[in-house]
Amino acid sequence: MKFVRLKEQLSHLLLPLSVLAVLIVINLIKGADYFSVKIINGALYGNIPNLLFGSSELVILAIGMTLVTASSRGQDISVGVVAAITSAVFVQVLLRSGDITWMTIFIGFLASCGVGILLGAFNGSLVSIFKVQPMIATLILFTAGRSISFMIDGKLSPVLANDLTSQLGGVMPGLPIQTPIILTAIFIALVALFLKTTNLRLYAETVGINEKAARLNGINPMKVQFLTFMLLGICCAVAGFIAVTKAGRHDSVNILKFIEMDAILAVAIGGNSLGGGKFSITGSIIGAYTIEMLSRTLLRLEVGTETIKAFKAVFIIILMVVASPVVREYLSRVKIRRGVGFLNGFGKKEA
Amino acid sequence: MQSDKVLEMQGICKTFPGVKALSNVNFTLRKGEVHALMGENGAGKSTLVKVMTGVYEKDAGQIEVEGKVVHFKSPQEAQNNGIGTVYQEITLCPNLTVAENMFIGRGRHAFVSWTSMNAKAAKLLESLSIPARPTQQLSSCSLAVQQMIAIARAIDMDCKILVLDEPTSSLDEDEVRKLFALMRELKSRGVGIVFITHFLDQVYEISDRITVLRNGELIGEYEAASLPQFELVSKMMGKALEDVEGLKKRETVAREDVPVFEAAGLSSSASVKPFDFAIRKGEVNGFTGLLGSGRSESVRAIYAADSVTGGEIKINGKKVKIDEPIDAMKQGIGYLPEDRKGDGIIADLSVRENIILAMQVMKGFFKPISRKQAEAFADEYVKCLSIKTASTNTPIRSLSGGNQQKVILGRWLLTHPQYLILDEPTRGIDVGTKVEIQKLVLKLAEEGVSVTFISSEIEEMLRTCSRLIVMKDGQIAGELTGESLTQKDVMHVIAGGNE
Repeated sequence: MKFVRLKEQLSHLLLPLSVLAVLIVINLIKGADYFSVKIINGALYGNIPNLLFGSSELVILAIGMTLVTASSRGQDISVGVVAAITSAVFVQVLLRSGDITWMTIFIGFLASCGVGILLGAFNGSLVSIFKVQPMIATLILFTAGRSISFMIDGKLSPVLANDLTSQLGGVMPGLPIQTPIILTAIFIALVALFLKTTNLRLYAETVGINEKAARLNGINPMKVQFLTFMLLGICCAVAGFIAVTKAGRHDSVNILKFIEMDAILAVAIGGNSLGGGKFSITGSIIGAYTIEMLSRTLLRLEVGTETIKAFKAVFIIILMVVASPVVREYLSRVKIRRGVGFLNGFGKKEA
Repeated sequence: MQSDKVLEMQGICKTFPGVKALSNVNFTLRKGEVHALMGENGAGKSTLVKVMTGVYEKDAGQIEVEGKVVHFKSPQEAQNNGIGTVYQEITLCPNLTVAENMFIGRGRHAFVSWTSMNAKAAKLLESLSIPARPTQQLSSCSLAVQQMIAIARAIDMDCKILVLDEPTSSLDEDEVRKLFALMRELKSRGVGIVFITHFLDQVYEISDRITVLRNGELIGEYEAASLPQFELVSKMMGKALEDVEGLKKRETVAREDVPVFEAAGLSSSASVKPFDFAIRKGEVNGFTGLLGSGRSESVRAIYAADSVTGGEIKINGKKVKIDEPIDAMKQGIGYLPEDRKGDGIIADLSVRENIILAMQVMKGFFKPISRKQAEAFADEYVKCLSIKTASTNTPIRSLSGGNQQKVILGRWLLTHPQYLILDEPTRGIDVGTKVEIQKLVLKLAEEGVSVTFISSEIEEMLRTCSRLIVMKDGQIAGELTGESLTQKDVMHVIAGGNE
């Protein structure tokens, strides 16, 4: 039974994993020292740690996006903006409390989470109660959000110049791994625990697949959609917290700019249907790392920073075409014709 | 004689996985007649129409249009052969204009001459006396007018055969009259019309001939004038399956004890007039009546599947409030919906998840059933209901209809309900499974579960139910009890209404 489950999951993760493998191979061809790490000031640095460090916010947002996609059959395009607002609140709480201690940081973090939940509830109510399409509902905050964030800031880019926040955004004394990586790991673990101890998965999938039937089986679809949007709000707050401590200042214009599209893309690369229903958070996490690795690989291949987006787009088009139902169906037909097939062979290589 | 027939279908067979939808059905349509196609749900009406209009390919048989053998592979081909279809739900674009809707997707040119299109539309609308302007937005027309425009669109494609699939179901009386006037006009032009409806009066008002189907088989073709309404109903509902004689229904339970469920003045948003209803422990009752009589709507009101607008409910003599399905579930009520695909199954989820769903929801959000426990539950019900599935991990959508139905039954049995509502549990599934489900209903009753059983097949209900509530026009028309219930009794209440 266990084996069956593993195999089932692997077949869903086949696409993101094989893309990741291809990227690693490209990187190894470019230079065999890809996996090497160095210890600087007691912490690990290198291609892989930097990758994990750089993609922490994206990973966290992709998790929330997966949940919202599953239950509401649509995407939230305001995540980057919401994170900008929550992190602005965090910075304000910190700067106004005078003394920056672990306690005030914690309070600031809680406040930013509260704001995240509030904004998530705003989006969620539009989607679940008023039945506005998620992308349109979240377009409101997407449009207005950075101005709001700017108003909270009060002036251009407030600076967080102190040891504690730079430890959170960089390295804690005594810990060999950069803090954002650890925070991301903790967050993933908490999400896994939440999914394990609640019925969120069953409820969100049921609502995403068949809202009417969900209601007849006693599930309140509105509540479930509302909940996923609030959870995404928390994800935004955590991502904003990490982004602002990394940067050391709050720049309303540029913080987590354009990350919403990457988050949606991570969900898609992770093998999730953007039309809702069954979901794989593992897939989305791998998808997020894949996107980050893609950008970094292109940089390593000395593609200019101005042209990198175009290359990225080409790669993504190829990926989406390969993963499209049309190609999948074709491959499975080939597989049937040949007995053993292409996809199967791929799977074995992965395993 | 030959030239008179526009369409002749002979020996049409069509099988879907697990179900024989049509077996050896003949159908003939003459020039300038309205031919009603009658039958209960699952009788094969819509399958026959879909074969006729090229949506499905037939497995066997022959179709002739005006004496020419045809073999449609797509709706487009059927259209080119002069078969136009107007479906129950209007399939036009509400935000385009009337003229655009009439001509969309038909030109072979990239450019449109708006003036000539609008002029042509105006001419057509006038000749059919449809009260609409070509430049009007479609959504601003009433439903009946939209329906007529859909017909006009079909007519203009030079159709000789027009299929109307329940065109009147969302129209009021006045609108129906207008539609009928249009149908008569088309008739006089020599168009053959296939008319599907479940309103008996309308059939007699407009049809020349009637073909009755039941269980995918042709029952017969009749002149409308020489077939009394009572006989039509009996032909639609059919005779018994002889292989289930062994089933023995329970006797009516003594009247003294407190009902498990009791409703007074219950009404819902789905146009059910307030009604009273009670069911006792271990009783099997049925709601019967033709489609659209309100039998499903009534049980949906009990379960609060549609929003309840009034009434009082007592469970075991205690007053309770049931506003949402979850409230009903907590009172030990289970509900198997009529529309299995739309309301029942969660298509992409596994058999296991589908089985535990209701129980899981009753346990609550923070108390997930462990994977091991869930697998045990699923295995148990797959075994005891003999559900044919590769594993409990298989998505339910890949199961046959009958097995999907059993999974949903399993879902409710797992919650150990005291009152189970089964709305058309046997619809569209094979005979073997039908009998199994009936047996199960009787077994449950023996164990003390109260069951409400609804079926389009009156025989099935006569076999299982000790009490029948007959519905007509959203109201209870009568209640029948006793050992000697016959089909005739029921039909008298439905067709006549006096006895």
